[in-house]
Amino acid sequence: MTQISWRNPIAIGFVALAAMILAAATFAVVPETRQAVVLRFENPMYTVNRWQPNEVFGRTGAGLILRVPFVDKIVWIDKRVLDVDLDNTLVLSTDQLRLNVDAFARFRIVDPLKAVISTGSTARTEEAVADQLRPLLGTALRNELGKVQFASLLSPERNRVMEAIQSSLDRNARRYGAEVIDVRIKHADLPDGSPLDSALARMRTARQQEANTIQAKGKRDAQIVRATADATAAQIYAQAFSKDADFYDFYRAMQSYRHTFGADGGPEPTGSTSLILSPNNAYLREFEGRGK
Amino acid sequence: MPLFFAPRTPIKTDMRFLPGWLQRPPILAADAPKGPWGGSGDDPEDGPRNPWSVPPGGRKGTPKPTALDEFLRRARNAGGGGGGGPSLPTGANARALWLIGAGLIVAIWVIFTSFHQIGPQQRGIVSYFGRYSETLGPGIRATWPAPIATVTKVDVGQVRTDDFPKDGTGENLTLTGDQNIIDLAYSVRWNIENPRDYVFQLEEPATTVRDTAESAMRAVLATTTLTDAIGAGRTTIEARVQLAMQQILDDYKSGVRVQGVSIKQASAPAALIDDFNAVTAAQQEAVGNLNKARSYSQQIIALAQGEASAFDKQYEQYKLAPQVTRRRMYYETMEAVLAKADKTIVEPNGVTPYLPLDRARKVTEPEVAPAPPAPQPQGAQK
Repeated sequence: MTQISWRNPIAIGFVALAAMILAAATFAVVPETRQAVVLRFENPMYTVNRWQPNEVFGRTGAGLILRVPFVDKIVWIDKRVLDVDLDNTLVLSTDQLRLNVDAFARFRIVDPLKAVISTGSTARTEEAVADQLRPLLGTALRNELGKVQFASLLSPERNRVMEAIQSSLDRNARRYGAEVIDVRIKHADLPDGSPLDSALARMRTARQQEANTIQAKGKRDAQIVRATADATAAQIYAQAFSKDADFYDFYRAMQSYRHTFGADGGPEPTGSTSLILSPNNAYLREFEGRGK
Repeated sequence: MPLFFAPRTPIKTDMRFLPGWLQRPPILAADAPKGPWGGSGDDPEDGPRNPWSVPPGGRKGTPKPTALDEFLRRARNAGGGGGGGPSLPTGANARALWLIGAGLIVAIWVIFTSFHQIGPQQRGIVSYFGRYSETLGPGIRATWPAPIATVTKVDVGQVRTDDFPKDGTGENLTLTGDQNIIDLAYSVRWNIENPRDYVFQLEEPATTVRDTAESAMRAVLATTTLTDAIGAGRTTIEARVQLAMQQILDDYKSGVRVQGVSIKQASAPAALIDDFNAVTAAQQEAVGNLNKARSYSQQIIALAQGEASAFDKQYEQYKLAPQVTRRRMYYETMEAVLAKADKTIVEPNGVTPYLPLDRARKVTEPEVAPAPPAPQPQGAQK
């Protein structure tokens, strides 16, 4: 009978199926990215591939494990760095400035058993932990940012604030078997509407002021340069001409006549010239030949 | 059904049978009616027990073969086997085909899951039953077949670029340290340095890189002034963001290397563009004014120097012979001046009281040039 059934494909199929089910229920593959909590009749027995600091991949608890089939139940928990996002949280700083903050926290479940017990969740435990952490992150943000001035968020002091938020969140996260690795602010913006508009208006007036200042300074500098040049020129003239004031008078008069009557090679003066001269004129002194 | 067989029972037996079957596929077709069990003889214990080896009709009376017949016919029909009648040899044939089919599937499975082609820019992360074992370099690499070993291929050569804002358009308003707002567009280039960490450490590595970039950029800008962000400080900001990002990502052990951060645009928000342009215009204007003043200054000083030195030269000569030089200059000037003018010489002692002024003028112009006073150089004799 058994021999015949051994030849029977249906029987072989059933046996194989049964063997496979048994194997699947006995063996479990624990990948590097997951940790496992084994429950025996819902009673947590042990954890597998639990996260350890400074562990090396290939020498972790990952691999093939054995369990008691149909008795042990495995709860899978992600071992990687996980993410909690918090979008558009309104935060009020001490100086009553409102800020729209997008923040995220990166955490890792370091105690899977605690995570399972504290969330009471045996499926998607990491999501349950993230759901617990999200409001905590919001609270930590509001608390810590509410203690500082708006301006200190825009300064190197920001790092200290972030550290305070992280440690405050980490304290809470430990209860869920999670460790907060990092908390960061993605955005910290002025909310749309009046806060943003007034900031823009302030920037606008600042720009206008800057433009006017630059213009005025430019004019001032130009004037100074001109005046200095005039002074230098006057000095140069004075130095040269004061050697003989009388000769200067004559010299300059000659120049001036040439210019006025268009004889200095420059552009023709407007207006023509007619001269009525007296023979007594110095120029005509010799004209009448009175010398001889 | 054969698929279910594949991972379990056949693994050992098929490994043994496989080469033989591959060697003689044509003979197999001819042998098939005899059956591999009865004819082969390498499995002696099967011989006597095998119901298929009994000649047809030998057990007609018993109910068992009939039931088997029924099943085999069904199996053959379901499997699409091209057998003919309900006789036992064809039943054995169907069973052989089953095994061949299952064997082939297993063979294909093994071949396809054991050999991995790793491109030059790729690395393969090998895990045996989930446990990391090694990282495969480029080339054709062999591992154990699929359920035992899994290979994840990671592209380490490709440099990925993340743009902020995501679609490359739209405003990305950022607060600077002096509480101003700028519109920022930048991109981050990164690649995977350590594929093992990249695969195992982070749940969402790409999102993490993106979030990190955004946070680092804003953290750096929060300590930068508006003028630096818009103008000269860009290179410094880029370097600082890259450094900050790398540090954060290293803290996560992400296996990501940040290749570079480049600020594509850092400008005033669109609403304030005109005001920022006005500042630029004012700067240009100021520089323009200053340039004009400088050029005026050059001109006027050069002129003064020229005139002064001309005077000096003349004066030097004048000092040597004052009388002569003075008369010479006077005559030369008068010559030049009077040569261009209409001249009328009038005896002062009143013989001609009537002045034909209109004739004296060639051009009919209303104004009358006044007679120049006779120059009275000092020292000139009357």
